[in-house]
Amino acid sequence: MAIWIYAEHKDGQLKKVTLELLSAGRRLADQLNEELAAVLIGRDVAALAGPLGEYGADKVYLAENDALENYTTDGYTAVLAALAKEHRPMAILLGCTVQGRDLAAQVAQRLQTGLLTDCTGLELENGQLTFTRPIYAGKAFVKAVIPEARPVMATIRPNVLGLGQPQAGRSAETVKVAAQPGDIRQVIKDIVRQVSTRPELTEADIIVSGGRGMKGPENFKILEDLADVLGAAVGASRAAVDAGWVPQSMQVGQTGKTVSPVLYIACGISGAIQHLAGMGSSKCIVAINKDPEANIFKVADYGIVGDLFEVVPVLTEEFKKMMEK
Amino acid sequence: MKIVVCLKQTFDTEAKITINADGKINDQGVSLIMNPYDEFAVEEALRIKEKDGGEVTVISVGGAKAQDALRQALAMGADNAVLITPELEVMDEYATATILAKAIEGMEYDLILGGFRAIDDGSAQVAGRVAEILGLPVVNVVTKLEVADGKALATREIEGGSEVVEVPLPAVITAQKGLNEPRYPSMKGIMKAKKKPMDKKGLADLGLEPAAVAAKVTALSYFLPAPRAAGKIIPGEPAEAAVALARALREEAKII
Amino acid sequence: MIFKLTEEQELLQKTVRDFAREEVAPKAAEMDEKEEYDWSLWDKMAEMGLTGIPFPEDYGGAGMDNLSYAIAVEELSRVCASTGVLVSAHTSLCSWPIYQFGTEEQKQKYLVPLAEGTKIGALGLTEPSAGSDAGSVKLTAVPDGDEYVLNGTKIFITNGGRADIYVIIASTDKSRGHRGTAAFIVEKGTPGFTFGKKEHKMGIRASYTYELVFENCRVPKENMLGQDGQGFKIALATLDGGRIGIAAQALGIAQGAFDQALEYSKIREQFGKPISANQGLQWMLADMATRIEAARLLVYRAAYLKDNHQPYGKESAMAKLYASECAMWVTTKAVQIFGGYGYTREYPVERMMRDAKITEIYEGTSEVQRIVIAANLLK
Repeated sequence: MAIWIYAEHKDGQLKKVTLELLSAGRRLADQLNEELAAVLIGRDVAALAGPLGEYGADKVYLAENDALENYTTDGYTAVLAALAKEHRPMAILLGCTVQGRDLAAQVAQRLQTGLLTDCTGLELENGQLTFTRPIYAGKAFVKAVIPEARPVMATIRPNVLGLGQPQAGRSAETVKVAAQPGDIRQVIKDIVRQVSTRPELTEADIIVSGGRGMKGPENFKILEDLADVLGAAVGASRAAVDAGWVPQSMQVGQTGKTVSPVLYIACGISGAIQHLAGMGSSKCIVAINKDPEANIFKVADYGIVGDLFEVVPVLTEEFKKMMEK
Repeated sequence: MKIVVCLKQTFDTEAKITINADGKINDQGVSLIMNPYDEFAVEEALRIKEKDGGEVTVISVGGAKAQDALRQALAMGADNAVLITPELEVMDEYATATILAKAIEGMEYDLILGGFRAIDDGSAQVAGRVAEILGLPVVNVVTKLEVADGKALATREIEGGSEVVEVPLPAVITAQKGLNEPRYPSMKGIMKAKKKPMDKKGLADLGLEPAAVAAKVTALSYFLPAPRAAGKIIPGEPAEAAVALARALREEAKII
Repeated sequence: MIFKLTEEQELLQKTVRDFAREEVAPKAAEMDEKEEYDWSLWDKMAEMGLTGIPFPEDYGGAGMDNLSYAIAVEELSRVCASTGVLVSAHTSLCSWPIYQFGTEEQKQKYLVPLAEGTKIGALGLTEPSAGSDAGSVKLTAVPDGDEYVLNGTKIFITNGGRADIYVIIASTDKSRGHRGTAAFIVEKGTPGFTFGKKEHKMGIRASYTYELVFENCRVPKENMLGQDGQGFKIALATLDGGRIGIAAQALGIAQGAFDQALEYSKIREQFGKPISANQGLQWMLADMATRIEAARLLVYRAAYLKDNHQPYGKESAMAKLYASECAMWVTTKAVQIFGGYGYTREYPVERMMRDAKITEIYEGTSEVQRIVIAANLLK
């Protein structure tokens, strides 16, 4: 029984989490001596089978149809669920992205199986796929299995499994399947793209984030300057969002996004537990805050007690100099 | 318009999480609230009702304490509440969704709303599963909703932007932060809530056998994360501290 | 005696607590600093029905009990004492006497907008030479045809300047002393009624405290509240109930300061451990919590007695006396626990300590409360 990876893609490229899943999936497939397959759904996406193979897929199920050009819940659910009913994989793993969350829940119910979402750990224990996932906004974790229902379904948090090395020349067998999306009730009327050259928050390796201490929307410019030098994403705490300084899409925290960057630089953020819930799993946390008693210093690996308006520009300069060398 | 809102009671966002002697999450003395995402759903239902007329029913799967969350919704302006207490040792999203769908099946509805995820399990599955069971279209993570002429026009958050999706009613829509600003219950609302119906049911009342809602997921163990140790404060004037930090991130942490 | 809140009281407590934390708390420090109230908060409270909690729905109120009202004032005061007294003075000192002693016309004309929050109320009793000796008011009200002519000044009037409706206690017959007094409802903007000095105070700085000046201010006869000769009696009855509101305010201040100090003691580390690990501090916290609980029981009981139409004068005096002295003590200890930081404006406890002091003074000083209690004991 094969392990399947849902191959999410965007703008003609495979998403990083898809590659992370393949790397982990390859490990598991080898341990279980099973096949690793990727499911690629869309329109004109055949070229993506190449990198899928390089990252470890043995097989790629290619489901193409004009009606599948844009993701729709009904269309993609119909295709993935039908494919799974026919080929009966032992597991289907998806990235816990907007699309992955949406798709996984529908498919899991259609297949009458269990689903574990936003997993941060995936191991084989006693021959069972064992998942670790955060609960209570990461204040606790649960280890869980789906003992009987098949396929086992899970969505995995981006940026936690790690990326393996692609093997140039390794290719997967592409199997074209009939992609019948059926009646798609979601009609897309409009798509609004926020143009940004910065990485997406949930995928970024480095995040520069601002809170109440930023004192106003225009001051986020100094964080953007730092982000530009570091190739980072810019985030915010709830205080900055509620004050109307930045959009909700930038919020990191319990009622915002959960991020796992390598480096999280918190500027003027007190570190309320609801915020920590969203970034507590960052590998390295830097805090810059005027208040020496700020809670964020309890979890920061490096802290500067000082005025962020004086510290951040100097930091930007220093990194710029370092990059130039 | 008849609107059904699925809501859940969760631990307060400030709650300290500990593991008890049985290895389970300790719920003694924990402050409980309506799941914040469900508050957006209740508020949206009330706004639609205020605009187009109709009725709002709130429904929850939970223990007796969940009545507080349902009562809060009634005080905000919902018309009826239904509480289903399954009395099962183990539940998962499949079970919850099956129970909710069975209860809703017997109701008249044009629209089903819910929060897109709960802040305790963070699963973001139940509403989607309910939609699948009832054969309804679903739109998740919605930040703007318009309902007219038997259709819902929902602005859905996608990566790097948003999408406006139209679905025919009845449909399931889940709320994202930013959909609206939930109202506080008014004092009059609190007094009126006393007289509104709060229907309590068990599995048998729904005609469900425990076997039909057996969980697919088994939780093996719960644990707390290793506490993050505080690191070091870099001393000095802002400018020199910044320089020292940059150096530390390059040479010590080897990140830059 | 039931020591449990009803479901409605619990929901009210949670609602006001959430509102106070999310809407009022972020503004409290700035309002105190600038001595300016953010009136959008009043509008929100009016929308929620917090401006007429204990009055029947027929008069625009929420139809809730006095205990619910006390809880609301407590929860607001926990984050902002100025907001607590704004609601308390409005409800207990102005709306209540009109509810209790007003004619149906007066209730429709004045109580309804007060309860709905479209108008704000105040009580004008205190004068430069009539503080604790409230019976010796000198402001005169002389009948003239269909009107009374008011002359005199009131000072230290809470909500003064901003309030739309004032209950003014005046002397109508000096020879009869406090038996020659009457209460009048006077609207802001009435010719001859102006505002004098705005007080700059130690605490509750966002609460407006103004001098009221009456110079040949003509007020229609129909605006007399109750009968001629009843003015002082109305004032005393009003203060009996107002005491519960102030006691609730003091309780809220104490609780808010305690909450801050407790959290801080767990986070602040000295000598390698949180300061709460020191027994000295643990004992301080234990004493603070115990006194607050005692204050709470006194306040809630006074409200309970009033709700059950039983005499509550002694109990409300005890509640006010104890809760206010508790607030002063607890806030002082809270600043102590915060140490140097507690003395700065970065943290709210110095404001809470400044706010607490007035609760020992207004609406009957602690000395007056003791007189009231003793009078009840020695009846």
